Amino acid sequence: MTLDTLRLTAEEAKGLLERREVSGAELRAAYREAIDTRNEELNCFLTLVDADENDGVPIALKDVISTKGVRTTAGSKILDEYVPVFDSTVADRCKAAGLQLLGKTNTDEFAMGSSTENSAYGPTRNPWDPERVPGGSGGGSAAAVSAGLAAWALGSDTGGSIKQPSALCGNVGLRPTYGTVSRYGIVAFASSLDQVGPVTKTVRDNALLYGIISGRDDRDSTTVEVPAVELPEAEDLKGLRVGVPRELNQAEGIEPGVAESVRRAIDLCAELGAQVGECELPRSVEYGLACYYLIAPAEASSNLARYDGVRYGLRVPADSYHELVARTRDAGFGDEPKRRIMLGTYALSAGYYEAYYGQAQKVRTVIAREFESAFESFDVLMSPTSPTVAFKIGEKSGNPLAMYLTDVLTIPPNMAGLPGLSIPCGLSEGLPVGLQLIGPQFSENTLFRAGHALERAIGFDTVPERLR
Amino acid sequence: MAEWESVIGLEIHVQLKTRTKMFCGCEAGFGGEPNTRTCPVCLAFPGALPVPNATAVEWTIKLGHALNCRIAEHAVFHRKNYFYPDNPKGYQISQYDEPLCLDGSFVVPAEDGDSVVGIVRAHLEEDAAKTVHVGGATGRIVGAAHSNVDFNRGGTPLVEIVTRPDIRSAEQAKRFLQLLRQTIVELGISDAEMEKGTLRADANVSVRQVGETGYRTRSELKNMNSFNHIARGIDAELRRQIETWESGREVVQETLDYEVKSDTVTPRRRKEEADDYRYFPEPDLVPLAPQRDLVERLHGELPELPGARIRRFEEQYGLSYYDAEVLNGSAALAALYEQVALDGVDAKAVSNVLMNEFSATGVDPATVNGAELGKVIAARATIPREAFMRALAESGDPEFRSETYLGETLVGDRSELEPLVDRILAGNPGQVEAYRGGKEGLLGFFVGQVMKETGGKADPRIVNELLRDKLSA
Repeated sequence: MTLDTLRLTAEEAKGLLERREVSGAELRAAYREAIDTRNEELNCFLTLVDADENDGVPIALKDVISTKGVRTTAGSKILDEYVPVFDSTVADRCKAAGLQLLGKTNTDEFAMGSSTENSAYGPTRNPWDPERVPGGSGGGSAAAVSAGLAAWALGSDTGGSIKQPSALCGNVGLRPTYGTVSRYGIVAFASSLDQVGPVTKTVRDNALLYGIISGRDDRDSTTVEVPAVELPEAEDLKGLRVGVPRELNQAEGIEPGVAESVRRAIDLCAELGAQVGECELPRSVEYGLACYYLIAPAEASSNLARYDGVRYGLRVPADSYHELVARTRDAGFGDEPKRRIMLGTYALSAGYYEAYYGQAQKVRTVIAREFESAFESFDVLMSPTSPTVAFKIGEKSGNPLAMYLTDVLTIPPNMAGLPGLSIPCGLSEGLPVGLQLIGPQFSENTLFRAGHALERAIGFDTVPERLR
Repeated sequence: MAEWESVIGLEIHVQLKTRTKMFCGCEAGFGGEPNTRTCPVCLAFPGALPVPNATAVEWTIKLGHALNCRIAEHAVFHRKNYFYPDNPKGYQISQYDEPLCLDGSFVVPAEDGDSVVGIVRAHLEEDAAKTVHVGGATGRIVGAAHSNVDFNRGGTPLVEIVTRPDIRSAEQAKRFLQLLRQTIVELGISDAEMEKGTLRADANVSVRQVGETGYRTRSELKNMNSFNHIARGIDAELRRQIETWESGREVVQETLDYEVKSDTVTPRRRKEEADDYRYFPEPDLVPLAPQRDLVERLHGELPELPGARIRRFEEQYGLSYYDAEVLNGSAALAALYEQVALDGVDAKAVSNVLMNEFSATGVDPATVNGAELGKVIAARATIPREAFMRALAESGDPEFRSETYLGETLVGDRSELEPLVDRILAGNPGQVEAYRGGKEGLLGFFVGQVMKETGGKADPRIVNELLRDKLSA
């Protein structure tokens, strides 16, 4: 049997395995062949796994996800040779579900970035146009799924690192409700925001994978019990109330082609039976990004303190402890982690805490309330995922602020701990446009239902045109 | 010159003796080959997350009750950020502005009345790993050739107790710590041994002139590993500060080490800049919200605490403060005392025996059958001294029965003792003459001779009568 990994969905692969029409080894070989063909150009994988005791649907994991015995770098030189002695809970659950690991995917260093250009191992390229970025930080996972190098993948999302690359690569990406997926074993960036989620070709694949990884974990005390995941079936949106937050749809910097594509998808909602109305999220959009860039670096400055060269990872020898720590961190961290460590250290310093970190936490509560009140009238809110389609490699890498602004639409719901699903809704300039669906906490089933119906109605071809 | 007053506050760290560490499942406690009681969490591997030890939380609440604290309905773990090799995450998980226990008081009874020491807070945190700096002159990290870290201790639950500056003398500080230690031990939450480091105390010391209301600059005194050293260290620092002020200089805020050999304090490092630990709420943990029924239940489980028991012993048994305090030196001794005293044996006599002859035997009071011991104490005047002492020494034996000793009666028969007395007097004519010449103190000598001959079994009352009769004849 010839397997076209570009088109094969994880659900279809699962069916082939269950009906014994294909073996796990054959499936693995097909993905391996695709990797051998296209990874050199795209640089999706940092580490490949040659053999796996499982024989289920092959998966790729972002390299911030600890995998026992398999190198986990977080895209950083400071963890260049680090091999975890334990599995993260999500890796463990994937194993328990029989999924076989293909390898670890590229990421901006410590998941800090929106283009994967901050990886210490070189940028990943967008399968739709190798001159362009795949988004980030989880560009490796998104590009791998898009280019048929993995049936599905896991990413991690702090400010938009699942949703935005999924949008830029034409995938379905879910950033789940905070607390529904264990963070145990995920190399931490900003603990109060980090959340692991699936990157897939279809919404049903996404729901399947979310069902595998989600649920309370005793090793992560911030996790909770999760409602049973329902595989979406319905192809209409009858009874669904869709809100269109003005600020998220008219933000400065949204490209006309993106706005147009999203507008059409929202119109389609009405045709599918949804009630569509406008709403407002003024504070969330105005202050969301600023708050994020206080809270995330603050937590990061503390989370990255453990990379001191004492126990694992890079060590640059020196005559004293403090010198050793300073030299190791100077050599091991790239510019973006250093920038955020400094921002965060400043925001937490005595005399500044109240004005920065403390204030940002208060505004975060305001943002959560604003979303809550929008959800009194609507079941799902919709907007573009990214203001732009995939940009050129190098276009924003010299301008951190321009790079930060690419997450302006994904950050507000993240600050409120809300789930967000990005599905492809069309092309602009020949590149995928992502539609962001935001729901209240624990509304993943609603997002899957709406995403699935829209996906069917839109009929987007997820295979990059140049690879068809 | 005006009189100086001491102002002392204590910061106490108590290592809880939970089976596992504060935030992971590793075995806690003293010992083990270095770095064998470790896991991804307490070694701070990337992605490892803390999970709070529920027993440690309960024990801290118990201790909070014993310190008359308010137990917070909402308590938060914070990260205290600093770089040091014993701190693998780069931050210690501690508590900051929302501790588990706050606003308490601890009553320390004394001969001249109770003193009450305010408790600012008692919070839960994790202990650091143990570092050994090899080479270099100071034994500290600066100048060491290399440093070894043992993470076995890292992550052990630690309760930090902070008192108000209510303590007014070194002796009072020592007494406070001794009673606090005993309270902690009796709660069963820690061995609280200073020598092993499971109880550590630092003192914040300042002085002021009597009548002054504010506080003068304080210093922080560390490196004291026994109650006596704490008292001596505080005294040394008080002397230094008084001398400093009296010579017209100023006391500066600094951290000092007490050096036992020279009985002096030496500065550790100047606090020119306050340390900035960049505290912020630990995002990997949800706030503690102890259920009210749990808090109530733990309060109900508190045993009678030693401070209160001392006062009850004074009142109930008519004991002096001194006796009550000594008898309450351990819960087991106090329990043994009560068992015997409540059996109807004279309370003062029991107290004397337990505090003196019994304590001298080194027998663990917890192993003693009190009912049997009580019978021996009650009969102590009618059995030979030697048998009585033997009974005390053997009272910890599981087979210990009073009959064994009570059967050994005194020889009180005059006709049996008279020939012996005669022989001794005949054998010591010089002493007899001296006695008759007025040296009546020699009576004891003759009694001693009789006892020696009878192996202590002669009834001393009869022997005395016989001797007096014969010597005055």
